[in-house]
Order: sequence, then C-alpha cells, then structure tokens
Amino acid sequence: MKGRSVFQRMAAAPHIVWAVMFIVAPMLFVIYFAFTDEKGVFSWSNFASLAQYSNVFILSIAFALIATVICLLIGYPLAYFMSKAKPKTQKVLLVLLMLPMWCNLLIRTYALMALLDNGGLLNSLLESLGLGKLHIVGTNFGVILGMVYDFLPYMVLPIFTTMTKLDRRYIEASADLGCNSFQTMTKVVFPLTVSGIISGITMVFVPSISTFYISQKLGAGKIDLVGDTIERLFQNPSTYNVGAAISLIMMILIIVSVGIMNRFSDNDGGIIV
Amino acid sequence: MEKKKLIELKSVTKSFDGEAVLRSIDLDIHDSEFVTLLGPSGCGKTTTLRIIGGFESPDSGDVFFGGERINDIPPHKRHVNTVFQRYALFPHLNVFENIAFGLRVKKPDCPKPSKEEIVERVTEMLTLVNLRGFERRNISTLSGGQQQRVAIARALINKPKVLLLDEPLGALDLKLRKDMQRELKSIQKRTGITFIYVTHDQEEALTMSDVVVVMADGKIQQIGTPVDIYNEPENAFVADFIGESNIIDGVMEKDYTVRFSGHTFNCLDAGFDPREPVDVVIRPEDVDIVPLERAMLTGKVTSITFKGDYYEIITDVYGFKWMIETSDAVEDGATVGLHIEPDAIHVMKKSEYSGRYGDYSTYSEEAEHLSDVEEEEVTAE
Repeated sequence: MKGRSVFQRMAAAPHIVWAVMFIVAPMLFVIYFAFTDEKGVFSWSNFASLAQYSNVFILSIAFALIATVICLLIGYPLAYFMSKAKPKTQKVLLVLLMLPMWCNLLIRTYALMALLDNGGLLNSLLESLGLGKLHIVGTNFGVILGMVYDFLPYMVLPIFTTMTKLDRRYIEASADLGCNSFQTMTKVVFPLTVSGIISGITMVFVPSISTFYISQKLGAGKIDLVGDTIERLFQNPSTYNVGAAISLIMMILIIVSVGIMNRFSDNDGGIIV
Repeated sequence: MEKKKLIELKSVTKSFDGEAVLRSIDLDIHDSEFVTLLGPSGCGKTTTLRIIGGFESPDSGDVFFGGERINDIPPHKRHVNTVFQRYALFPHLNVFENIAFGLRVKKPDCPKPSKEEIVERVTEMLTLVNLRGFERRNISTLSGGQQQRVAIARALINKPKVLLLDEPLGALDLKLRKDMQRELKSIQKRTGITFIYVTHDQEEALTMSDVVVVMADGKIQQIGTPVDIYNEPENAFVADFIGESNIIDGVMEKDYTVRFSGHTFNCLDAGFDPREPVDVVIRPEDVDIVPLERAMLTGKVTSITFKGDYYEIITDVYGFKWMIETSDAVEDGATVGLHIEPDAIHVMKKSEYSGRYGDYSTYSEEAEHLSDVEEEEVTAE
C-alpha cells in the first residue's frame, strides 16, 4: 500500500507537534547558542573554551563507566537468578526491582542521601554500635553508589528479558554435549544474552554520564560532572553559549557510544535506546 | 549370540504435577540396536528418553548404563548424546562451530584436541551427514533438513555409545522424511551406535527399527521386532495403533478354532482357556472378497475410497464395520462375500483396551493422536 490515509496522518499530528515543540525546537536552540557568542553573532569561541572542561568530561566518562561495570557485575547474576526462580518468586523479585523505579529518581536519590549522610540512618546506627562514622556522601564512592543504586534496574530488566526468552533446549543441548553449568554459562547463556547486556549497558551508561543531581546530592557539591557544569553554565545568561556547546558535545558523545553499542547487538532482544 | 545389555530401566516411574506419566517402565536396550519408542502423544516416550539423557530423574526405579546405576549422573557426564526436537542448534555459532561444540568442551579426563584434530573430526562428521561445504554457513540460513543433519553431526562428534533422537523428523515434509529415514538408518549401521528414537509415526517406526517399543498411558504395551509387532500384536491398542485393524469380539472355542461374527473359523492360535472371550485382529488387506456362495461372512458395502493401487471399503457385517483393502471394484451398497484364511486371523487376550478400537463405524481416534506432536512436550515440561 502506498502512502497513508488522511486519518493516519491526522492521528500522527499530535505527536509531530509534540516532537517539534519539545525535541526539535530545543535542539535547534542548543545548536544556535553553541555556534554564537553573547551578541548572537556566529562564532567558534565556545568550542575553543572547552579545553578547560576536559577534566570534567574525563571524570564523567570514568564515573559512568565504573557505574556501568558495577551494574553489569551485580545485574547479570541477579537477572540470571531471577530467570531461574519459580514463577511466584520471580514475580515478587520483579516487583521489588521495579518498585523504586515507580518513584521519582530525585526522590530516590534524596532517600539514599538521607540513609548515608553523616547524620543519616546508617551512621547513627554505626555510631550507636560504637563503630564510628562512614563518610560516603561527598566522596567519589558515594556518587558511584548513587548511580548504581538509581540505574541498576535498567541493567537487570533487559538482561532478564533476554534470559527468560532463552530456549531451555539450548541449555540442555549444551549439557548434553558435555558442558557443566559454568561452561554452559560462558559458552551458551552469555553469548545468547549479549543483546540484553548491550541494552542494559546503554541504559545505564547514558543517564550516568549526563546526571547532575546524583553528583550534587551524593557528592555534596564537591564533585563536578558534565551535568553539573552544564547546569551551572545555564544559570548565568552570560555563559549560555558555552553550556550549549558542552551540551552539543555531550549529545554527540552519547550518540556515538550508543551507535557503537548497537553494532555489537543483533537488535533481536532487549530495548535499544 | 546374545547382544550386550547397554541400558536398563527398572520399574521407572515419573509424574508431573501429580499426574503419572510413566507407570513402572522396565526396558532393556542392547548394544548397536535401533530402538524406537512409539506411541501417541502423552504416552511417556519423550519422558523415557529424557530420563535416559539425564534431563529428568525418575521418581522411583533405577536407570543402569553398562551395569552402572546412573540415576544421579548429570547429562554432561553421560555417554549419551541427543538430537533434540526442532534441533536446538546454537544460533550464535555457525555450522562448523555447532558441530565442534562437543569437542571444544574441556573434559577433565582427556587432553584438549588440537586445531587440526577438530577440523578433521568436523569434516568427518560433515561427510557422514552429507554437508561438506556448509562449514561457514549461519544456522538461520539452513533448511529444516540441513539443520537436522547438523544436529545429528553435532550429537555424534563425541562418539557417544547411545544417540537419543526425539521426534527428529517431525518438522520435515513427507518426501524429506522418507529420505532422512533411510539416511538415519544407514548412519546407524555405519557407526554401529545404539539409536533410541522417539516417534508417534508407526510407519517410521516399522521402517527403521530393529526393535519397536510400543507405549501407551505411561506403560510399555509391547516390545518386539517390527514384524512381530505388526503380525502378533499383544493387545487391541497395539493392533489398532500399528497399521489398520479390524478388532472383533470373539470366543476361543478350542485350540485352533475361534468363533466371531456368527461364524466359526480355523486359526493358528492356541493356549487359551476353552470358551475364553478374546479379541480377534484381522488386517484389512487379509480379507478377500469372494462370490457369495463361497463366503464365510456377508456384508453390505457402506463406503468406497479409491486409494490408487487399491480400494478401501467399509463393509457392515452384523452392525460391525470392517475395513477391507481390495483391488476388486465393488458397488456401493452391494452385498459382498468375505473370506478369511486361518493365517490371517490373530487372536489376543482381552485387555483394558478391548472394545475401544478396531471398529470403523466411528471416527478413528488414531487420526487424533497422530496429529499433535506438541502435546507430549507440554507434559514433559
């Protein structure tokens, strides 16, 4: 069938309006600001001043990578365990995993802060036991912990999905051909769940690299990531243009990394961002 | 010479969710035999196979392999390999790597094979299944028949003592099935490996097997050569399931004399009690149509189906519908004379299956259990 009916076009209209207003237009603004100076004249100067932020970029990438790796190390076995569980247990585990996701990210981060703060629940407990305080908030560890805590479900869910879709016969065939359960894991289960892993990595890495509230709250303002930098630059009208340039670079960085990730997957499982 | 016993099942039972799937199975499987487990879906044949493969463990009873009890030995430590229903080839590996899979697995007791050795063995297997030149092909680009061959090669590469095949030809079309039947049989002969083959297709079982094990309702109904099973069925179930059968209530008057359908016949069976009620089996191709004056029985033709080289006729004899295969043309509605030779009559003891099969007046249940392959799996899972 050629083309679409009038009704089909009409049905898509609200979405198109939405997309133009809230996705395309802001993007154009970002690009416009990135390539102009304060007076609105075309200029490369914003990109020239980016060099001073290279440390921030490196730190952000490092934090996001570390958080992603930790999420994978925790998430993969967790997903495997969940996929093996009895249907009833599986449901309970799934709800436990999803429950925090139904709650706003910011609130979750605040909650974690309340738990880990110097005067927080954990430290009160440790103190009353006479064990002294644990300084987590305001450290690199605290920020990475926050990322892992906030984004772990995004790692587990796509991997869990590909694992439940995995035909049990492949596992039996592997055992039949002489693999013990560890060999089956590395030779069959892992390669057949790569698409879920790719989705999971993408879904953890992207929000981790662009976050600002986690570093603000759990870093207690001491740790500056790209997100924080962009936020700060946009709070001052005179630095809008540099902020836009960083945003643009950030966007390109994310698109490139997602592109690389997608090359590894066959697009046959999980959710690809 | 008596063949060596390779596998023994002793009083094996198994149930899933409280439903008995196997009710005390006793089965001996000998070296180098082609054994077929045959039965309708839900009869327990796949479960029996999975117990031998180690994918299920029996609720009670024992499994022996070469005299050693293997109930608790996991699949990867058994000298048995499986060709799975719908093959279960690894989609992330190509043909070569699928076949080499079993060789590449590190085993504690033998050294890792060299690269050349692996190539040599895989090539040998590909030659065996006629797939040379397919090494680099992706699994998803293969036809059903080719996938089937890869599955066989993959399962044979570790030189198992026993190959288990779970309805391996179920997904192929008729022509390909026939070719693969011949090929499987020849592979079995060439390699000398014991094949345990599960199918619901009685023709397949008769064509390929040295020994057929007929199963129904979680029990073994009969074990024998294809000829024995066809000619000397143990009970009404076997008679009905293997080929077409007219199964008639009869009474054994004395040795070599049986009475049914109001007539007394000479037969070759003996050893029953005098006046013992029995089931009598007569194959459709063994009934001759004769002129009325020479007839032992007379019947009215109620339907004629042309089958190519013969007609399939349903004839009403005292309300019991007989199926007769004949090359003589008869008229629908005509009264015909029937003649049965003594060696065409097979007398069986009454069993729980008596009266359930063998009358062609109603829709045959056989068509139903031949239709659905999937059901068996559901039970097994």
